[in-house]
Amino acid sequence: MAAPTMDRSTAAAPATPVQTLTISKALNMGLRAAMEANPKVIMMGEDIGKLGGVFRITDGLQKDFGEQRVLDTPLAESGIIGTAVGLAIRGYRPVCEIQFDGFIFPGFDQIVSQVAKLHYRTQGKIKMPIVIRVPFGGGIGAVEHHSESPESYFAHTAGLKVVSCSNPADAYWMIQQAIDCDDPVLFFEPKRRYYEKGEVDTTAQPGPLFQSRVLRSGTDATLVAYGPMVRTALDAAGAAAEDGTSLEVIDLRTLSPLDLAPVFESVRRTGRLVVVSEAPSESSIASEIAAKVQQECFYSLQAPVLRVTGFDTPYPPSKLEEEFLPDLDRVLHAVDRSLAW
Amino acid sequence: MSSPEQWTHPEPDAAPAATAAKPTAEQVIAGLRATDEGGADLVQLLTPEGERVTHPDFDIDITPEELRGLYRDMVLIRRVDREANALQRKGQLGIWVPLLGQEAAQIGAGRAMRETDMAFPSYREHGIAWTRGINPTELLGIFRGTDQGTWDPVEKRFHPYTIVIGNQVLNAAGYAMGQKFDGKVGDDEGEATMCFFGDGATSQGDVHEGFVWAAVYDAPLVFFCQNNQWAISEPTERQSRLPLYQRARGYGFPGIRVDGNDVLATLAVTKWALDECRHGNGPILIEAFTYRMDAHTTSDDPTRYRLSDELEMWKLKDPIERVKVYLVRQQWADSEFFESVEADADKLGEELREFCTNMPDPPAERIFSNVYAEGNPVLEAQRDEFLDYVSGFAGGEH
Ligand SMILES: Cc1ncc(C[n+]2csc(CCOP(=O)(O)OP(=O)(O)O)c2C)c(N)n1
Ligand SMILES: [Mg+2]
Repeated sequence: MAAPTMDRSTAAAPATPVQTLTISKALNMGLRAAMEANPKVIMMGEDIGKLGGVFRITDGLQKDFGEQRVLDTPLAESGIIGTAVGLAIRGYRPVCEIQFDGFIFPGFDQIVSQVAKLHYRTQGKIKMPIVIRVPFGGGIGAVEHHSESPESYFAHTAGLKVVSCSNPADAYWMIQQAIDCDDPVLFFEPKRRYYEKGEVDTTAQPGPLFQSRVLRSGTDATLVAYGPMVRTALDAAGAAAEDGTSLEVIDLRTLSPLDLAPVFESVRRTGRLVVVSEAPSESSIASEIAAKVQQECFYSLQAPVLRVTGFDTPYPPSKLEEEFLPDLDRVLHAVDRSLAW
Repeated sequence: MSSPEQWTHPEPDAAPAATAAKPTAEQVIAGLRATDEGGADLVQLLTPEGERVTHPDFDIDITPEELRGLYRDMVLIRRVDREANALQRKGQLGIWVPLLGQEAAQIGAGRAMRETDMAFPSYREHGIAWTRGINPTELLGIFRGTDQGTWDPVEKRFHPYTIVIGNQVLNAAGYAMGQKFDGKVGDDEGEATMCFFGDGATSQGDVHEGFVWAAVYDAPLVFFCQNNQWAISEPTERQSRLPLYQRARGYGFPGIRVDGNDVLATLAVTKWALDECRHGNGPILIEAFTYRMDAHTTSDDPTRYRLSDELEMWKLKDPIERVKVYLVRQQWADSEFFESVEADADKLGEELREFCTNMPDPPAERIFSNVYAEGNPVLEAQRDEFLDYVSGFAGGEH
């Protein structure tokens, strides 16, 4: 990570360093801290100024930093990303908000063709320190295009880094670390968990950005999840414990590059792995993990790697999302299958 | 419509016409908000006070019966809108997208279409749906989350609602190209297509490409932009320096700004535009100058970004009131008529409530159905496994 300029631990320390925050508030505070630390950090997106974004993640930022640092852009995602590229070339560090997952596609061309490739094409002469924030995933009863999980498209694209936070502390720190990163980062925010609360220590960076983390240790099987499914995996582990099954839960945090060392270590102990993700399973993050784990942990595996994912269909009408989305029962069902193998 | 000079405002640098009480510098430069009357080029046939005025290029002969019909349409669709909004508040719908204030724009445009014409809506076009013969109950599933629209788009010539801003504009251009390639354009029997989108959408690449395609292929396409002054929290001047209808000129076709709260003017201008298209003189852009009287959706809180003054000003331009005043003044309608429309509205509202609260949830198989026209064995295996799992689960419980 290239972040020579700023030391947040002293710069933005409020009176009480440990606060209980929602993910949305933690993101808001993280963005604010990044803007305070570096005047080149700017926000771009639809309705992010006066309104503070449809999820209020940028609430108050335009008021405090002005219209030239928090841009209510015209309504065009290709425009948002494409101009962010130019601004980055000029030395800015744009943070783009895509209003909902399903609306990133008009910007897909710019992301894949320019954001991802400029560093490579110029042999490193141009850097792309752009963060693209994407509220993603389902479970909020929304209409079409508001509940998708498109992360695999981006993880599949060389030149992009892809991360997802699952809790307030990570939200606060990861967004700042992503902004400090000199590579473009797709930052996936678990929108259905925006209002979940947790403790955030604004003085203690919890560790590097591109690292996965063991959230709960266990001995019988390993669950790997990211973003909104981390909560589901933790709940499943809690329920399993009541039945005497001990599940280890790993929060992936980084989807590209993958940091699978903790997963390999875990699977070598438990012998069993269930990967949980809302995204469709074909050619996905979950598939990639399964492939790498069978390669690295072949002799430790006591059951095939199982995936619990959204189906390989368009996201369905919301009355069907409970069936579509992996839930505690489907995760535990997979764990049972793994244990019974 | 002989020369391009007649298509739009003659001098590009002419000062904006009407001015509001105290426009900001930005508004003056934009020449947009400054024109709370819509500017000198606004086509209007019925003033907000219900006065019938004439227009040199666009006029219309309307019978009392026709005008009563338009009035009835607007009242009924407003009732549908208010009922659906209330159903959302009661938890019966996940979200609703209100059309309040845009009744005249939609009824005027919709009633200008013939059955053989095609329409591509965005997501607020409940009034257009009404004119295409779609029962408002068929809109509910989209917002309740049971389906994504149940009407047959081919039979009704009304495409599914499109939520991704701008997508449908290119799709409409392609459809209109098809009408042309099929030899359905050139005389009074010709076909045409209408495409609906908002002021915010005009920034989207797809919309600009739609303009280019339709122009290059002389497509029989009416671009119908409802400028309701807001794209969620962003006013129109965040999207354009120029009044939106003037953009057409740059693409080489006519652009007209019509009073979108005037059902007569909207009907007249849209009929004319569709006729031009039928005869091979398309495409045409219509900017219906109107106002979003309610929130963007039921999830939105407009008090965060706009002043109630603006709303109050637009209340005086209500699309339904002016028709009522005119009908009464002309003695084209009596109290019995107005009461019958109210009774119809009550009945429609009740049907809607009744239907909505009794809508069944879709079966789980629906997740997997119709993903492909020719099937997909991988997906079918996935479906079977899931349905097995679900039935095992149900079995385990009983
Ligand atoms: C590609 C895309 N980006 C963002 C959105 C989110 N969004 C939904 S409606 C809207 C504003 C649209 O404004 P306008 O075109 O004026 O239409 P209106 O809603 O006012 O009818 C936005 C930004 C979307 N639906 N699609
Ligand atoms: Mg609008």
